[in-house]
Amino acid sequence: MEPASGIRLDHNHKLSLREFPYIIRWREDRCKRCGKCTSVCPVKAIEPTVKVQRVVKSEGPVPTPAAVRSITHVVEQVTDMERYCTGCGTCTLVCPNEAIEPEFNPQHKFLHYKNKGGDGYKRGGRRNDPSISTLDRLKFTRISMLTDPALDAGRHEFRVRSLIGRILPPEELPLKMVNGKLVVDKESRFIPPVREIFPIMIGSMSIGALSPPMWEGLAMGVAYLNEVEGLPVVMASGEGGMPPGLLRSKYLKYFIIQIASGYFGWDEIIHSLPHMVEDPAAIEIKYGQGAKPGDGGLLMAQKVLKLIAKIRGVPQFVDLASPPTHQTKYSIEEAVAKMIQSMSMAWGFRVPVYPKISGTKTARAVLNNLARNPYAAALSIDGEDGGTGAAYNVSMDKMGHPIASNLRECYLDLVRQGKQNELPLIAAGGIGKKGNLAANAAALIMLGASAVAIGKYIMQATADCFGDEYNRCNLCNTGKCPRGITTQDPKLYRRLDSDRVAERVVEVFKAADVELRKIFAPMGRSTELPIGMSDGLSIDDQAMAERLGISYAC
Amino acid sequence: MCRLAAITSKDYISPMETILALETMKEGHDGSGLGLTLKNLGGEFEKLKKYPILSGICSKTGKKTLDDFMNKQGFKLKHEWKPKIKPVKGIVARDCYFARAYDYPASYKNKSIQEKESLLMNTRLALRRIGEPGESIFAFSFYPDVITLKEVGDPLEVAEFFGLDRDGLKAKIVLAQGRQNTNYAIYLYACHPFFIQGYCSMTNGENTAFVPIREFLMSRGFSGYIGYNSDSEVFTHILHYTVRQLGFPLNYYKDVITPLKPSEIEQRKDSEALRLMKHSLRPLCIDGPNMVIGFAPDGTCFMVQDSKKLRPGVVGGVKGKYALMSEECGVDKAVPKRDRSKDIFPMKYDMVIVSPDAQEVKVWNQLQG
Ligand code: SF4
Ligand code: SF4
Repeated sequence: MEPASGIRLDHNHKLSLREFPYIIRWREDRCKRCGKCTSVCPVKAIEPTVKVQRVVKSEGPVPTPAAVRSITHVVEQVTDMERYCTGCGTCTLVCPNEAIEPEFNPQHKFLHYKNKGGDGYKRGGRRNDPSISTLDRLKFTRISMLTDPALDAGRHEFRVRSLIGRILPPEELPLKMVNGKLVVDKESRFIPPVREIFPIMIGSMSIGALSPPMWEGLAMGVAYLNEVEGLPVVMASGEGGMPPGLLRSKYLKYFIIQIASGYFGWDEIIHSLPHMVEDPAAIEIKYGQGAKPGDGGLLMAQKVLKLIAKIRGVPQFVDLASPPTHQTKYSIEEAVAKMIQSMSMAWGFRVPVYPKISGTKTARAVLNNLARNPYAAALSIDGEDGGTGAAYNVSMDKMGHPIASNLRECYLDLVRQGKQNELPLIAAGGIGKKGNLAANAAALIMLGASAVAIGKYIMQATADCFGDEYNRCNLCNTGKCPRGITTQDPKLYRRLDSDRVAERVVEVFKAADVELRKIFAPMGRSTELPIGMSDGLSIDDQAMAERLGISYAC
Repeated sequence: MCRLAAITSKDYISPMETILALETMKEGHDGSGLGLTLKNLGGEFEKLKKYPILSGICSKTGKKTLDDFMNKQGFKLKHEWKPKIKPVKGIVARDCYFARAYDYPASYKNKSIQEKESLLMNTRLALRRIGEPGESIFAFSFYPDVITLKEVGDPLEVAEFFGLDRDGLKAKIVLAQGRQNTNYAIYLYACHPFFIQGYCSMTNGENTAFVPIREFLMSRGFSGYIGYNSDSEVFTHILHYTVRQLGFPLNYYKDVITPLKPSEIEQRKDSEALRLMKHSLRPLCIDGPNMVIGFAPDGTCFMVQDSKKLRPGVVGGVKGKYALMSEECGVDKAVPKRDRSKDIFPMKYDMVIVSPDAQEVKVWNQLQG
């Protein structure tokens, strides 16, 4: 029984702040009690409160210390797991006096408690593993020196371009000779569509998951890169369709439209088909996502506002769940082939159509099936370090396959069949995790990727997304994104300036282009991508070197 | 950087002419090896044009294995040439150097050229496989009217060692390479020129895209695309693949190894075909630095540069005799009496093609097609 004074003796079921992943450091001496931090906190992890303090004060010319009780306003972190501090740092951003800051607590027991109501912890972001990834351990060790002049990244002409689309084997090219010149004999066979692209693309992030200024900013940046900078960067739509205006614009050619198991947005897309003035860059059929293998998509009800509901062709404010698998899919030989066929047919076989799967030990089985399907235009493999807008933490942290070895074994499998140039591999998942975008991309290319896709990196680099591998922020699923990136709440997304996002997209890709040259030049590759040039790579671990079929260097 | 020397002529010449031309470029190679390919043979082989000649080296035990193997395959020895070895300091003589003309097995007498070519290549590869482990047999080429000689050492000394200055061995086309050993161990199979089914080439410089090119060739399902002790061997195989396997005219070799940019392709009449080729043959694109000299089965010789022209090369001569060399001094030595102003220094888009019997030189410009 509690004493009448109201003071609890037994705090047994109360959590201490030590269990929390981030602990707020608040400095009373600096705080001017403006209240900005408490009002901006997306999870209400901090609150203003009043405390009675005993302070020793001394006034007058000689010390006369006396204890007085004073009532002060303080900012206090709550110990409710449902309102845990995410470490986002928005409070720090708005504080005029640098009085508040979250601090990571490596001893936290967050996951022990974050399952209230019997539901597992759901979040956005990517795998919480801050260790150095395989991609970041790969080094470029074959440097052209005196025996073979290195190329000059500034002076020599470079073409950092790749291809997506089914590429015919040279033996099957429909060429005939007329007067000593080769001409294409178009009647003799189907020539699959192939697009030339910049080898780094923006991976699928849906227009419902992203806020309007974020999606617009990315799209504007991509269009600018193509039209003004001459860099053929493409961007994938994610599931959920595209704005009708864009579908009918000349810019559609810079976009890859995704179809996923919920088919969201496809009503609008199909209806726009007769009005399209350009073909899309490609169609991506999503079968899996690296961040949450075996999980479908989920757009929380709070994000389904008017525009999203219209584009997706659904009512407002309902949870939009895409099933983990395509309902029509019961065998890869038949259903996937049919899907590729139908999508190809919708655009008159003028658009490359390829599936995207999550990284898995069974990727090679999928690959081999696609290799036999002459209409399959590529295979996109999304590794375990890929990001997502919403998923169970367990799927994100524990499910999936790292991209490096998965991609490599697929590439080498194609090499064994002589199809390494026929079926481009697109690699994703954790590229630029530590900021090394160009180096990670180049390493994957040398392991055999034709292109790489980025998601989390571009959110971080262009819109200052707070998320990291210490589970910082990762509120993307809640609609409360403090940066205005993954929210449909105008109060939040007005914080984000789409022009600034676009500007950053341009800067990021231009810088990546320069950095890729800086990597390729000393390795003596300039006119084509060094796809599969694995002798240029080393790693500081014998077992990894063996697994990847590259050399060991220390 | 290795130095390359080739002479093509309407008359039979001694291989020494090419080697002496190579000698003038001596500062460019460290004397780590000499490779020599002779085509359209004169001298004692003039009357043996239709018989395939196996060129190689073997040990005493290897010789027995070789004889047994060839007998078992049904090849009959018609003629054997052996160099008149003159011991030279620094060159360790191996047991037996040979160029042997064989008659085809009886069952092959009436077979097509293609079938004969695959028999010859597979026999050469089988000998290579048998002889490689203990280095008991080296088989460099097995083809009618072609001899290949290779040995480690200073080119001129190797030539003396082989007694080429005293021998009657003659040919209309002679390709010679003075090796500048770089990052690979000196191994006879790594010496240029490389030869496969009538196609031959040698090159200088490294091949930065060696691994993906090798993987692509090896996965073509053609048994001859193996070896690759040198990263330059792929140049010969790309030539063979482009012209023999894909059936493209010789000049498309240039389009395969150094494809044009899309904007440049637009200017070509065959742009449609080039676009498809650029995609499908993407893994065979080289980046240099390379200058390649080679010949096709009909005796056409060529010189081609990487897309940045990072290596020198010059072609000069008179009707009936042309020299294709790394440097001008080589051409001066090979064909001193010529109009030097007509010497051709091929630039990055050029492919110099000398017709059989050195009748005509043409510069094929890739931009104009
Ligand atoms: S760091 Fe973010 S979640 Fe934590 S108190 Fe500050 S604003 Fe709230
Ligand atoms: S800033 Fe927004 S997008 Fe980034 S982790 Fe937080 S909620 Fe997600």
